[in-house]
Amino acid sequence: MSKKSDRRLMSGNEAVARGAWEAGCTVSTGYPGTPATEINEFCATYPEIDAEWSVNEKVAMEVAIGASLAGARAMVSMKQVGVNVAADALFSLAYSGVNGGLVIVTADEPGLHSSQNEQDNRFYAKFAQVPMLEPADSQEAKDLVLSAFEMSERYDTPVFLRMTTRICHSMGVVALGPRRAVPRRPYVKNANKNAMVPSHAYERHFALERRQTLLEAESETFAGNRIEMRSLQVGVVTSGISYQNVREALPEFSTLKIAMTYPLPHQLIRNFASQVNKLYVVEENRPFLEEEILATGIAVEGKQQLLRVGELSASALRRRILHRDSAQQPAVEGLPKRAPQFCPGCLHRGIFFLLAKRKYIVTGDIGCYGLAALPPYNAMDSLICMGAGLTMAHGFDKVVTRSGNPTTEDTEGNKSPGSATTTGPLSSASSVVGKPPAERVVGVVGDSTFFHSGLTGVANTVFNRGVSTFLILDNRITAMTGHQPDPATGLAIDRKPAPRIDIEAACRALGVRRVFRVNAFDLPGMDKLLEAETATAEPSVIIVEGPCIFTDRDSRQPTFLVDQARCVKCRGCFRLGCPAITIEDGEVRIIADLCWGCGLCAQVCPKKAISQAQPEAKP
Amino acid sequence: MTRERPTTNVFLVGVGGQGIVLVSRILGELAFAAGLDVKQNEVHGLSQRGGSVTGHVRWGAEVHAPVIMEGEAHYLFALEELEALRWAHFLRPDGLALVSSQRIPPVSVTVGGESYPEDVVERLTGFGRTLAVPAYQAATELGNTRVANIVLLGAMSTECAEFSEEQWKAAVAACVPAKHRELNLKAFDRGRAAAAAAGVLPRRADA
Repeated sequence: MSKKSDRRLMSGNEAVARGAWEAGCTVSTGYPGTPATEINEFCATYPEIDAEWSVNEKVAMEVAIGASLAGARAMVSMKQVGVNVAADALFSLAYSGVNGGLVIVTADEPGLHSSQNEQDNRFYAKFAQVPMLEPADSQEAKDLVLSAFEMSERYDTPVFLRMTTRICHSMGVVALGPRRAVPRRPYVKNANKNAMVPSHAYERHFALERRQTLLEAESETFAGNRIEMRSLQVGVVTSGISYQNVREALPEFSTLKIAMTYPLPHQLIRNFASQVNKLYVVEENRPFLEEEILATGIAVEGKQQLLRVGELSASALRRRILHRDSAQQPAVEGLPKRAPQFCPGCLHRGIFFLLAKRKYIVTGDIGCYGLAALPPYNAMDSLICMGAGLTMAHGFDKVVTRSGNPTTEDTEGNKSPGSATTTGPLSSASSVVGKPPAERVVGVVGDSTFFHSGLTGVANTVFNRGVSTFLILDNRITAMTGHQPDPATGLAIDRKPAPRIDIEAACRALGVRRVFRVNAFDLPGMDKLLEAETATAEPSVIIVEGPCIFTDRDSRQPTFLVDQARCVKCRGCFRLGCPAITIEDGEVRIIADLCWGCGLCAQVCPKKAISQAQPEAKP
Repeated sequence: MTRERPTTNVFLVGVGGQGIVLVSRILGELAFAAGLDVKQNEVHGLSQRGGSVTGHVRWGAEVHAPVIMEGEAHYLFALEELEALRWAHFLRPDGLALVSSQRIPPVSVTVGGESYPEDVVERLTGFGRTLAVPAYQAATELGNTRVANIVLLGAMSTECAEFSEEQWKAAVAACVPAKHRELNLKAFDRGRAAAAAAGVLPRRADA
């Protein structure tokens, strides 16, 4: 037992970063995404690790590949859907291999606490033939990062570490170790190995298959794959968080705990199966282990009992396998739901209030503003993936706006009609005035999303003679994941100054002539722009600017108050969906504790019953 | 139970922004400093924006799952009344519900026309013993409503004999920023006094 001073309470994410540090890793990249975000943030706290927030996961992966090729140990971390973005690099990387160890962390989200799907990234390991390790707690997360770096260099392959939300965000006790001195490996030019032209890639495919055989043998003896015999009646093959839930809900059962999920130790599984009367597989989401095991001819039970959707909790396991409820009483039914909503003072509230009112088609994107798809805002039609807010609007416009409508060829000479203010003439190129709201489309992204994959969407629309209206909601931070800097911020991951990229200039450089900036709390200004720009037959960008209240605490203004004598209880202000506006004892009130003083409620009140409190005069 | 030392389970609930994560961390630190095995789980990301938020802390000789099973919580630590009721079924029959007497109507009530539940404390006693504390009011009197969570934690400390008052205070001091330490310790003391004043309601016999 080590001394307490050598042990710390750590989240799985912090433990991954600690593992990278102990393994001598010197480069860490990633793009913020729940539940992965803190891995890279903790890496940035170690002076020996050069960490960066890359602009997207593909870029992050490629930067890490470059660092590995240059001879350093490198780690790249992302949420599950981030791997989709990075997958282009992944599949070729599986062929080319590594120089310095390269670990790819995928943080999956069974239960989609903060995601758009529950995809199971174990299938990426099998698809790309990249080994995958899967920890069951913080200690093992740290240990497996060290194993992953060693495995990466020994077998000349990137190695996946698969986390899930409950491992990422659970704290557990971790024994700390020293940092290893890992010298940089020399870089030797080798295009046959590193430049995947067809003839080289063909040869590398043979290398990949040879490696696969070696990794299958490795898995049989990998220390993290271990049999724990208890009851001889039932054995459970399981991994990750499911292992902990099995230990909790089914403590008498024997377990084969799998830490190397791909390739699987088939001989070890056969050996375990022969020692128990009945074999279960317990895993979340897709039947990955189950299908692999069934394919080898071993009889297992899994899919009949277990859920494919959501998290597989210990409660659910007990219910489905032992047919026993742990709760003495059922949950209270019929309680009002409490969905997340925009914070008081949020810059997103006003623009979505207007979009809902105008009943426009809004193709949305990933960020806090995704909440606009929910009540009471009901102002977003679609949300698919990063960047799709812009590109889907272009697709929509091809169908609803352009059918029989003007082309954009009639440019107005040389002068740019775009204006940097919301005032001034908005007369423009050929307009399509009078279009009904149901045919007006706007695409929405945030600032971080714009740099992630919005730039290409803008270029695509300009290049293809599109007419779309784009809203870029710019609070100069990646807010939803916990306020990470992005290229619009002016700070890097270490919170020290970094060049700030001007979104307006970027859009103009991409060929958009109509670019506007507007204050997110100026409802008339935004309304006028929405009306005008959705009626012009060329691309427009409206940059809606306002602070995130978490990163700009100084933006708070004196609270607003309701004059009960004037209030007619029309509840019009409720449509703003502001947590600070409530109804108590039949009166509409503003909770001063929560009010950020943004003033939107005063702008929408038809009776002018809401006004700002005057700062108290000093006696 | 096959374990030598039973695990203690604390299920924390509230509204995003009320400080559930801080309380989870203090409890984790408390048990860790006492040399126990600890698992603790918290929610990040989108759900933190004013939604229903939960946290789990478990300590004992050896803790496996970071998430508490339904019906297994020794303590339900609730910073808001509706949330207390929503998650009451996690309580063990011999468990204790600690609830801050604060009501935050969600949008489904203010705009959606649903009703905020009445008689929450009375209904909680159908699930377990209940200690209702005016934590938000106490925090307001201390000049910072954000310490309501620590007031309720102070109340909990009077009903959790596994740790001494000194251990509790050391954990609070270790987890809050230095400049807010004094205020938080004051809030903790207020919670202890409020618990003594309020008293624990027994579990209803008919439950």
